[in-house]
Amino acid sequence: MDLPTLWFALIAVLWIGYFVLEGFDYGVGSLLPVLGRDGADGAPAETRRRQMLGSIGPFWDGNEVWLLTAGGATFAAFPHWYATLFSGFYLPLLLILLALILRGVGLEYRGKVDSAVWRQRMDWMIIAGSALPALLWGVAFTNIVRGVPIDAEMEYVGGFWNLLNPVALLGGLVTLTLFLTHGGLFIALKTDGRLRHDARALALRLGVVAAGLAVVWLAVMHGSTGNALSWVLAGLAAAALVGGLVAARGGREGWGFTGTFVAIALATASLFVALFPDVMPSTLDPAWSLTIENASSSQKTLGIMTWVAVVFTPIVLLYQSWTYWTFRKRISGHHIPTDVHHAAATAETRDRTTA
Amino acid sequence: MDPLDLARWQFGITTVYHFFFVPITIGLSLLVAVMQTVWMRTRNPQWLRLTKFFGKLFTINFALGLVTGIVQEFQFGMNWSDYSRFVGDIFGAPLAIEALLAFFLESTFLGLWLFGWGRIPEKLHASFIWLVHIGTVLSAYFILAANSFMQNPVGYTLNEANGRAELTDFVAVLTNPVQLVTFPHVLSAAYMTGGAFVLAFAIWHLWRQGTAQSDKPMYRRAAKVGAWTVLLASLAVIVSGDFQGKVMTEVQPMKMAAAEGLYEDVPEGVGAPFSIITVGTLDGSEEIWAVTVPKLLSYLATGSLEGAVEGIDHIQERYQLTYAGSELTAVDDYRPVVPVTYWSFRLMMGLGFVGMAIAAAVLWALRGKGDESGETRLEGNVWWARAGAVVLFLPLLANSFGWIFTEMGRQPWLVMGLMTTQTGVSPGTTAGEVLTSMVLFTLVYGALAVVMVMLTLRYGRAGAEQVPEDASYDPATRSEDDAFVFTY
Repeated sequence: MDLPTLWFALIAVLWIGYFVLEGFDYGVGSLLPVLGRDGADGAPAETRRRQMLGSIGPFWDGNEVWLLTAGGATFAAFPHWYATLFSGFYLPLLLILLALILRGVGLEYRGKVDSAVWRQRMDWMIIAGSALPALLWGVAFTNIVRGVPIDAEMEYVGGFWNLLNPVALLGGLVTLTLFLTHGGLFIALKTDGRLRHDARALALRLGVVAAGLAVVWLAVMHGSTGNALSWVLAGLAAAALVGGLVAARGGREGWGFTGTFVAIALATASLFVALFPDVMPSTLDPAWSLTIENASSSQKTLGIMTWVAVVFTPIVLLYQSWTYWTFRKRISGHHIPTDVHHAAATAETRDRTTA
Repeated sequence: MDPLDLARWQFGITTVYHFFFVPITIGLSLLVAVMQTVWMRTRNPQWLRLTKFFGKLFTINFALGLVTGIVQEFQFGMNWSDYSRFVGDIFGAPLAIEALLAFFLESTFLGLWLFGWGRIPEKLHASFIWLVHIGTVLSAYFILAANSFMQNPVGYTLNEANGRAELTDFVAVLTNPVQLVTFPHVLSAAYMTGGAFVLAFAIWHLWRQGTAQSDKPMYRRAAKVGAWTVLLASLAVIVSGDFQGKVMTEVQPMKMAAAEGLYEDVPEGVGAPFSIITVGTLDGSEEIWAVTVPKLLSYLATGSLEGAVEGIDHIQERYQLTYAGSELTAVDDYRPVVPVTYWSFRLMMGLGFVGMAIAAAVLWALRGKGDESGETRLEGNVWWARAGAVVLFLPLLANSFGWIFTEMGRQPWLVMGLMTTQTGVSPGTTAGEVLTSMVLFTLVYGALAVVMVMLTLRYGRAGAEQVPEDASYDPATRSEDDAFVFTY
């Protein structure tokens, strides 16, 4: 394999890492208004929300770095891809960035003030900030794989509305429902009590919708640009999703989550295989397409980057996996106190006494 | 306004805003790591309380540093796509390596540190905050290496066939002479900022009536740590800044000339003066009143009191001849906006010096009054509390003016000598798109600033919480959900 092709594969790996990992925390964030309601067992909404957020608490930030690394690696290995993609998909990317800002702040600041109104606001930032990227990345990837109007100067000339075509919107719904299912199963795997069962039941229903949409979408995608290998991967992805749902239905939450994990990974891989050897096909003239060859960096840069990636990616995988092992226990909710925010509470008392 | 102006404004706004949080994050993570380590050595619960107190303030700042950093990474592709195409082969690598080496480290281990209280063996837990700090420092190194390439491109060749700059020597990029002086300068400025942060909140608690007598020794300790950090770091800032001036004069003579507003050459043997403050005519053509230090500019620029310093007019002529040939480098005017360069340079240094002086004064005031109480001159004196409030902002503003100086002083270049700013902007991006994003970012950043200041003041005022008698790690007495009490 030559270096540009290797880097195409590595960037695919980074996007896969981003979708399988952050996919579930987007799902958890988006499910907050649905699962984070007063439980039939009497568990208050707030306890359930804290269980849900606690389940992704130690991980989401590290998961997001996969996106930053994918962005940085695209800049370094395929500068033209980076330039065309992010200047061309300007407004959707802007929405994603704003969503990620609000979500990050919501997650970090939610517990910092002990007030129901405050938490409600932060929750909406988390919900919108999780659901919007989950939807928009599907839209973006559909457009990348199917091709967009790119001129001879490698500039995107399609405008904003062109990106919101029916297939792309379907792609957005697929990623959204897939991530919701993925997140629902993660909650089922990481929490206990009534929440666990509610999450599993919801994930199963969402999973059926996701599977239906995904089959149509993958067929359209691979029908136009696919090849034998991409069809096989897409088929395996569908099988993994169905297998996961069946396992979850039988109470095997670990296998259920593994199923969505593998399904998202294989579906993403199938898209990159269908894209190969282009990185952004042009719908105006195939000769104007950005390819692995004409969009890549020099051999020198790719060589250095390869060494860095070969040494450090395993180390990152090792310590990130270790994080998941460290926080492997379920969060029961029994120990979540109703008044938590000691410092904030003290601050308020002091404010009142001094005032 | 055209997309170029808007894209420049947007870059300026988002970068200056992002860089309020970066130095606080770098500086505070070190001080929190030190405090936690000292606690483990001494077992004095005061250090644990300080660790948790400043740890909380650290996470409030880290959150905004992180989310605004994401914008920085994608902004190059969105607004500066021609720049990205031109230098991606060189500039992208440090960014990608920054993500892989530094961001993963910071984010993963911050999660482990925040959620690991009481459930991970102590020494391991303390090592996490050190890893977070190492991550922030690595991050600074790689991003500054990328920036140094823009100030002084090295380790590249121009590929005529595809019209872009390509990497020939990555080690040269990482050891760019500009980088070797900029990194220590920025790092020590970050430590100064972190020290000022600790100093400010410590003094404030020493002054206020509500602070328990038994807590005073704790805040005195913190004030001492903060003040020493500011003092030592500011010495490092001065020394590294002095080296930086000389390297800058060599690679960007126009920036140094603009920093003084020096239009005419000062030949060898005369010694160019440095003006502390100048009042001139509005167009900057004539000086009305100025306070100057003789020969100082020659020393700052060359290391010799009588070194030659090239003036703006001469450099302008020289550049017009040198760079006329190519569309990427030809412009009419190679002068940066002189008043901005002049004043940002002075504000950077001046605010830094005031911060240093306050820290030195605090150290003097922290000596005991000599009576039994252990009280110092700081307690009960409102002027010291005010000085504390001021010292919090001095390094932050000095950092901002430093960046404004270094980036505005580089204009009209995007990459010095290779590419002008106007040629780097995205050709397909419309003014409407850039304006939309600029307005949205500015509004969101503004709202977040209000929230962030509110939270910082709230937690800062609440002070260091009491810790339970038995604060040591003991898995048997800890419940699994304990950790969440600290965060969510």
